[in-house]
Amino acid sequence: MASAAETARQAERADVRSRWLLSTPALLIILVAAIGPLFVMLAYSFMVKGDYGDVKFGQFSLDGWFSVFFSRDIFDDTVGLADAHLSIFWRSVKLSLITTLLTLGLGFPTAYFIATRPASTREVWVFLITIPFWTNLLIRTFAMQEVIRNEGILNTLMMWLGLIDRPVQLMYTDVAILFGMVYVYLPLMVLPLYASMEKLDFRLVEAGYDLYATRLRVLWRIIIPLVRPGIVAGSILVFIPSLGAYVTPRVLGGGKNMMLGNLIELQFGAGRNWPLGAALSITLMAIVMLALLVYVRNAARSGAQHV
Amino acid sequence: MPEKPDRNAIEVRNVSKIFGSGDARFAALDRVSVNIRENEFFTLLGPSGCGKTTLLRLIAGFDFPSEGEIFLYGDDIAPLPPFRRPVNTVFQSYALFPHMTVAQNIGFGLEMLGKPKAEVEARVTQMLKLVRMEQLAGRRTSQISGGQQQRVALARALAPQPKVLLLDEPLSALDYKLRKDMQIELKTLQHETGITFIFVTHDQEEALTMSDRIAVMSAGKILQVGSPRDIYDRPAERFVADFIGESNFLPAAIVSTAGNLATVRLASGAEIPASLPDGFAPKGDVSIVVRPEHAQLAKPEGAALAGTVETVVYLGTDTHFHLKLDSGEPFIVRRQNARGHTDRFVAGNRVGLLIPADSAQVLKD
Amino acid sequence: MSRPRTFDLRAQPGFAFIALFTFFMLYLPIAALVVYAFNAGDSMAIWEGVSLRWFQAAASNERVQEAALRSAIIAICAASIATTAATMAAIATTRTKPYRGLTFKYAFINQPLMVPEIVTAVALLIVFSRIKVWTGYSGLGYLVAAHAAFCIPFAYLPIRARLESMDLTLERAAADLYATPWKTFRYVTLPLLRPGIIAGFMLAFVISLDDVVITEFVKSGGQDTLPTYMLGQLRRETTPEVNAIATVFLLVSLILVTAFFFINRRKA
Repeated sequence: MASAAETARQAERADVRSRWLLSTPALLIILVAAIGPLFVMLAYSFMVKGDYGDVKFGQFSLDGWFSVFFSRDIFDDTVGLADAHLSIFWRSVKLSLITTLLTLGLGFPTAYFIATRPASTREVWVFLITIPFWTNLLIRTFAMQEVIRNEGILNTLMMWLGLIDRPVQLMYTDVAILFGMVYVYLPLMVLPLYASMEKLDFRLVEAGYDLYATRLRVLWRIIIPLVRPGIVAGSILVFIPSLGAYVTPRVLGGGKNMMLGNLIELQFGAGRNWPLGAALSITLMAIVMLALLVYVRNAARSGAQHV
Repeated sequence: MPEKPDRNAIEVRNVSKIFGSGDARFAALDRVSVNIRENEFFTLLGPSGCGKTTLLRLIAGFDFPSEGEIFLYGDDIAPLPPFRRPVNTVFQSYALFPHMTVAQNIGFGLEMLGKPKAEVEARVTQMLKLVRMEQLAGRRTSQISGGQQQRVALARALAPQPKVLLLDEPLSALDYKLRKDMQIELKTLQHETGITFIFVTHDQEEALTMSDRIAVMSAGKILQVGSPRDIYDRPAERFVADFIGESNFLPAAIVSTAGNLATVRLASGAEIPASLPDGFAPKGDVSIVVRPEHAQLAKPEGAALAGTVETVVYLGTDTHFHLKLDSGEPFIVRRQNARGHTDRFVAGNRVGLLIPADSAQVLKD
Repeated sequence: MSRPRTFDLRAQPGFAFIALFTFFMLYLPIAALVVYAFNAGDSMAIWEGVSLRWFQAAASNERVQEAALRSAIIAICAASIATTAATMAAIATTRTKPYRGLTFKYAFINQPLMVPEIVTAVALLIVFSRIKVWTGYSGLGYLVAAHAAFCIPFAYLPIRARLESMDLTLERAAADLYATPWKTFRYVTLPLLRPGIIAGFMLAFVISLDDVVITEFVKSGGQDTLPTYMLGQLRRETTPEVNAIATVFLLVSLILVTAFFFINRRKA
C-alpha cells in the first residue's frame, strides 16, 4: 500500500491537474476571442497595407508605425509630424482629463452624500447610481442627445429663463462629447469613491473637529487623504474608457470631432489603412496599460495600508 | 508494568507533519506516537499552535502525514481520503450545511454511504431523540440557537456510527453556562454510545472535567499522557505543570532515589520526599513543582522553608498568599476560606512553609 | 418648541445640493427619452400628446424583430458559455494556497476588462475577417465567441466572491461524512454557489445585450443586434421609434439589474 506521504504527493498532483483542467475553457475562450487577436494585430501593424483594406500578408513594413507620428508630404516627399493624428491624440487626452475632473467634482460630493446617509437608505442611493451603470451606454448617450439638442431640454430651459434668445449649438461639438462622457462614466467615479468613503471612520472627523479644525480643513486634511485610494481608483476607471471612447464621440461629436477610437475605426473603414489602425490601437492600449499600472500600484499600496 | 488489556482504537506511530520547505520549513508535528484505547474519552490538550488540531486533521484525513503511520483497529488509514475513513468529526464552527434542514444534515452521512431511505430515516429519528431535537427536525440550521447547532453537529457526526468521533474544540463558541452543560452532556453521550472520542481543546478545565486520559502537547510533541489526576498531580515537565493549574517551581538537589520516589534537598537545606516521573532517575540538580493548594503555611520555626508574606489576595472561595522565600524565589500558597475564619497571616509576616509528603514532584526539565 | 441648531459633524457645505443635482441629472435624460417614446407626433422635439404608436411601429418593424431576436440568442448563448467557463475557472482559482500560475490566470481572465473595447473590436475584425474568408462560415458563432470572451470576467466576479465567502469546512464536513469529491460538489458546493452563478449569468447577459462596439466590428452583413441597429438609426434623422426601442431595452435592463440587486442582498 502506498505510504501516506506518497498519497499526499499524488493528491497534490491531481489537484494541480484539475485546477488547470478547470481553468482551460475560460482561458481558451479568452485566448481565441480576446488576447490572441491582439497579437495578430501587433503583427499586422508591421505589414504593408492592402489596396482595398486588409494587409499584404507577410510583407514587412514600418509604414504603419511611421504614420502614427509622421506624415510624408505627397508633393515633395518631405517628412513632417502627423499633425492630424497628434491633434486627435491630444484632444482625446484633453477631453478624457476634463471628463475625469468633472466626474470627480460631481462624484465626490455625491459619494460623500451617500456615505453619510443612514445605513438603511444608503443601499437605495447606491442602487440609483448602479442602474445607469448597467444600462446600455448607447441608450444613455442617445438620452444625452435629448438634453443638448437645439430643441432639447437644456436650450428650451435656458430660453425660457431668458438667458439666451436663440438655441446654442451644442451637438457635434467638444462640449457635447464632454457632456456625454461625464454622463455615461459618472457611476464609474462614484462607486469606487463610495467604497472607500463607506470605510471612513467618522470618529476621525470628530477628532478633527475636537482639535479645532474647520469644516473645510476637516475635508482637506482628513477626509480627502483618507479616501485618496478611492479618488485614484475612480479617476483611472473614468480616464481609461474615456480615452478609448468610441460610441459617445461618434454619436454626439458627429464626424469632425474625432477621438482616438474614431480615428482607429476610420483606418479600418474609409481610410483603408489597417497597419496604421493596428499601430494606433496598440498605442492606445499602451497608454491605457500605463494608467492601469498606476492603478494597480495604488491598489497594492492602499491594500497594504489597510492590513 | 500491567496495562489494561484494552484494545487500541487508534495508534499513531512516529507521525510528523512538515509544512513549507527550506527556511520556512515548520514541523507542526514532530515524530508523535500515541495510542488511544477503545471507548475512551481522550483529550489532546495544548495551547494554540501546539499541533493538536493538526493531529486531529491527520486522523480525520483532511491532511496527510509527511512521515509515519496512523492505525485504526490495526489498519493503516493515513493514506485514505476522509470519505473512506469510518471516523467522523464535530467541527469547531459546526460546519452545518446551511441549505439543508436539521434532519437532512443528520442524514447526510448515511445517504452518502448509500443506505436505504428507511434506514436513514429511522437512524435520523433515533439521533434526533438522542440529542433531544425531535421538535426541530424540519428547521433550517440558521434558525436554531448555538447550543442546538452544537447538538445537530454531534448527531450528524454520530449518525453513521463512526468507530472514532473527533471533536475539534466544539464547545469554544458557546457561552460559559451552556459550555458547562454541554461538557456533562458530551460525557454522558460518550458513555451511552460507547464510541471512542478524541477531543481537542486548549481549555485545561474542560480537559480535566471530561477526559479519561489527556495528552498534553506543545510545539508539535506530546509531552505527557495520563489520567487527569496524573497530569495534575504528577506533571512530568515544567510546561505541563505550568499549562495546567498553578505551580510553584523550586530548585532542589537529588539526595537519593528509590523506585518512583526521591529525597531532595531544598535551598534551605531541608530534605523532603518527592515523586519521580515514570522511568526517570536523575542525579544532581533538578526542579521540583509544588501546587499552591498542597503547601501549608506554618510558624517559621522548624518548617522546611521560610519566607515573608508579600501580598494577600482574597478570592472568595480561597485566599492566595504570595510569599518571597528566604532563598529569593516567589511562592504562592492557596488556602480555602472558611466562614468566620480570620487571617493570622498578613503582608509583612514571616512565615514557614510545610510541604507534606506526596505533594512535591520532580520535573524532567 | 424650536430646537437649537446643532452642529452636524458629517455635513459638508453644498455637498448635498451637488449630490441631489447629480442624481437629478443622471435620470433627467433617461426620463426625457422615455417620455418622447410616447409622443404622438413624428418629431423628437414637439410634443403632440400621448400615444403608443411608436411602440407599435417598432414591434411591427421586421428589422427590429430580427435584431431583438438575434440579441437575445447571442446573449443567452454567450452568457451560458461564459458562466460555465467562469464557474469552472472560479473553482480552480479560489480557496487554494497561491500556486504558480494563479496570478497569470487572474490577469488572463480579467484581460477583457483592461483593454479598450475599440482595440479588441478591431483586433477581432482583423482575425475573424480572415477566418471568414478561409472557412466560408460567417454565422453568429463569431459574435457568440467574442461576447463570451468579454462576458467571462463579469460572470467570474460574483461567482468568485461567493466562493471566497464560502466556508471551506463545509466541504471538509461533507468529505468527513463519506461524500466523494463529486458528491461533495454536487450536494454541497453547487447548491451553495447557486446565487453566485445566477448573478454571474445575469451580469454576463446584460453585458452581452448592451454591447455595441465589438458587435459592430465583428458582425457580418445583416447581423444587426438591437444596439447596432439603433446605432445605425442614430446616424440619420431619428423618429421616436428609436425612443420606443430604447425604452423597452431600458425596462429589460432595469428588471435584470433589480433582480441581481435582490439576489446579491439575500446573500448578505
